[in-house]
Amino acid sequence: MSHAAQDLAASRAKGPHTSMFLRMLVRAAILRRGRALSALFAMVVAAAVATAMLTLYVDVQSKLQREFRNYGANIVAVGKGGASLPPDSLSQVDSVLSGRGVSAPFGMIVARTTDGQPIVVAGADFDRVKQLDKWWQVTTWPTAPNQALLGVRANSTVSRKGQPFDLSFQGKTLHLTPAGTVRTGAAEDSRIYISLDDFVKWTGVPPSTIEVAATGSPAEIAATLNRVAQALPTADVRPVRKIVEGEARVLGKTRSTLLAAAALIILTAALCVLSTLMGWVFDRRRDFAIMKALGASGRLLGSFFAAEAVALGAIGALVGFVLGLVIAAWIGHANFHAAVTPRLSVLPIVLIGSMAVTLVSSILPISLLRRVQPAVILRGE
Amino acid sequence: MFVRLVYESFRRQKRRKLLAGAAITLGVTVATAMIAVATDIGDKINRELRSIGANLIVTPQEDSLDVEIGGVNLKPPSDGAFLNEADLPKILGIFWHNNITGFAPMLPATVKLQHADRTIDSAPLVGTYFSKPIRYGTDIVTTGVHATNPWWKVSGNWPADNSQDVLVGEALAQKLGVKAGDQLAISGRDARVSGILSAGDASDNEVIAPLAMAQAIIGRPGAVRQVYVSALTKPEDAFARRDPKSLSGAIYDRWYCTPYPQAIAFQLAEAIPHSHADQIRQVAQNEGAVLTRIEGLIFLITLAALFASALAVSAAMATAIFERRAEVGLMKALGAGKLAVASVFFAEAALLALIGGLIGFGIGSALAHQIGRSIFSSDISIPPVLLPVILAIAVIVTFAGSATAIRRAVGLDPVFALRGEL
Repeated sequence: MSHAAQDLAASRAKGPHTSMFLRMLVRAAILRRGRALSALFAMVVAAAVATAMLTLYVDVQSKLQREFRNYGANIVAVGKGGASLPPDSLSQVDSVLSGRGVSAPFGMIVARTTDGQPIVVAGADFDRVKQLDKWWQVTTWPTAPNQALLGVRANSTVSRKGQPFDLSFQGKTLHLTPAGTVRTGAAEDSRIYISLDDFVKWTGVPPSTIEVAATGSPAEIAATLNRVAQALPTADVRPVRKIVEGEARVLGKTRSTLLAAAALIILTAALCVLSTLMGWVFDRRRDFAIMKALGASGRLLGSFFAAEAVALGAIGALVGFVLGLVIAAWIGHANFHAAVTPRLSVLPIVLIGSMAVTLVSSILPISLLRRVQPAVILRGE
Repeated sequence: MFVRLVYESFRRQKRRKLLAGAAITLGVTVATAMIAVATDIGDKINRELRSIGANLIVTPQEDSLDVEIGGVNLKPPSDGAFLNEADLPKILGIFWHNNITGFAPMLPATVKLQHADRTIDSAPLVGTYFSKPIRYGTDIVTTGVHATNPWWKVSGNWPADNSQDVLVGEALAQKLGVKAGDQLAISGRDARVSGILSAGDASDNEVIAPLAMAQAIIGRPGAVRQVYVSALTKPEDAFARRDPKSLSGAIYDRWYCTPYPQAIAFQLAEAIPHSHADQIRQVAQNEGAVLTRIEGLIFLITLAALFASALAVSAAMATAIFERRAEVGLMKALGAGKLAVASVFFAEAALLALIGGLIGFGIGSALAHQIGRSIFSSDISIPPVLLPVILAIAVIVTFAGSATAIRRAVGLDPVFALRGEL
């Protein structure tokens, strides 16, 4: 052996051992671009679908809770025994909510029309009612003092042609101009709504009810309820049970359905990866046999294919995660008209899941092949 | 020879066929289950939404104004107009009667309550149906507050509709000191408290009695103040909001025959003489929105499921065909044309798709049933028309998945293929 060759051999022996390993990994992917790409594609799709499903599963609760808040109040505070609430109640409730919900005060009395008919008159903060009771079908909201919003049935009784009318309460008369009508199909249709300022000035009765639409999970709403009850010791604070229970039922069932669907879809996607990847590894039994014939140990081979699988799983999961977030965002936009918050907590699940699937799908064929003599494989049998 | 080729291929390569078949079966299973769930989810969620209460109300046409604060009716009970109880079964005769999940008549009264040494001079009482069998034609439907107000919780027993038993709201029961099983004098009549009601609303301060008792108390047999109707409806759209009087002919028929809240309210008002029916907007408007969102979400997810299963089937088919290069080489070396090779593969694919599709449809239906049972505790119905659709999709997806692989396989040079150099 010549000097130069000896030097070369020595330098190669001293050179980093991992470079050959890395080179084999990279070359294996580049030389069989088609198969490698199709395996990667399957992995990306599976990771994307898993990310989208998991993100939606986590997010759907808050999205649907928002829809349910359109049902209006889920907490009602009423003065104990019909008494009025202390004047600072509303600001107390608002400080408890601190932006996580809407509240609206109401005062109600029974007044008489000019022909002596009893009619319920309610004082309300119209700006808050607009946010709280979105199902009210209102023609025109009152804007000026002494304008009234008439329930459709009250309208046909007191003011058929939109004429101004008078109401009396405990000897005091109030002159009102109709601004518009409200239709709800419930008790509101028989009432007359005026602004809270007009109401207090006319009757001297402060608001007796505060309706609250608190946002959040059932536990958060229960906590809000407790804090409102503490802030208003003179009030009866109750949940609106039909809304709270109906919401919990529908949300629970929707989430269960979504979970079942997610499990099915993720399973299918994982099996798709499994079959593609197993086919790819199986196809390379010749590489495997040659490496073994050249003296590679079983452990080296195992770690080679495992490293390949982990790399594929990690790259696929990362690309798929981004793609999945895009899909989830699109679904959120198309269906809920709102952004879906990207959940970073989903990333580790998808990453570990992807690598587990790729590991299984490459280790399985390898352990089958390990028992076979390289010569048999190389002869194409 | 063609048939024998296909037959032998199935007989001799059981493992490979099993793998491809399993992929198709799984894909079809997921597709069937998801399509079945997606087509039925609207109905299921609609029923769940009914737990928020009735979405339609029927009132007398010429009624005086309600005087109601905080759920307590202050109107004198004899005031205003009434509906006739005898007309109520007609609710079950309207066009959309199958969509009516329940109804409950209401008749408020003011009564004097006496229990032991405590007396309340003026307490609200509401007469209603608890769980009453209603006969219309040959059908018998059981309905009442038990069905329309599922958030009502009763400790003790629900009263029977033909008895003198009543429910007492929990707040009122506390004031009176009554328990389930106690006797209670209602405006001089003897009644038994069969249960204590916890409703979380104004009913906690009321006595709930059978309708006949309330009618006897106010002295108006057969009278009903209003009827709450719970109906499965379709979310309202611009067409629903059209005034039926302005529609003509076929357009009117289409409006009338769509279960919009408006259309069902219109039919209720038609069925019950001198009545006015309206949607309770808080319930009706919002359930449309919730329903649309959930249906849309499940629809999009079903698309994702179909996509994922199509991909799984394609991947499995491509792998299966790629492994059979040597076979293709042999067939071509023996003089088979491209068409002959391709048709063998396609025939095999079609056979696999049909078998896998049938099994998958069976498993998928079972899975959909299981999902329906465990989540909604009711069956998810699978329309039989789904079977041919699913089979057609399975064949198309399998063909599409195999097409690229088959094209590459028939394009192989037999020499290279046989030497295993590709």
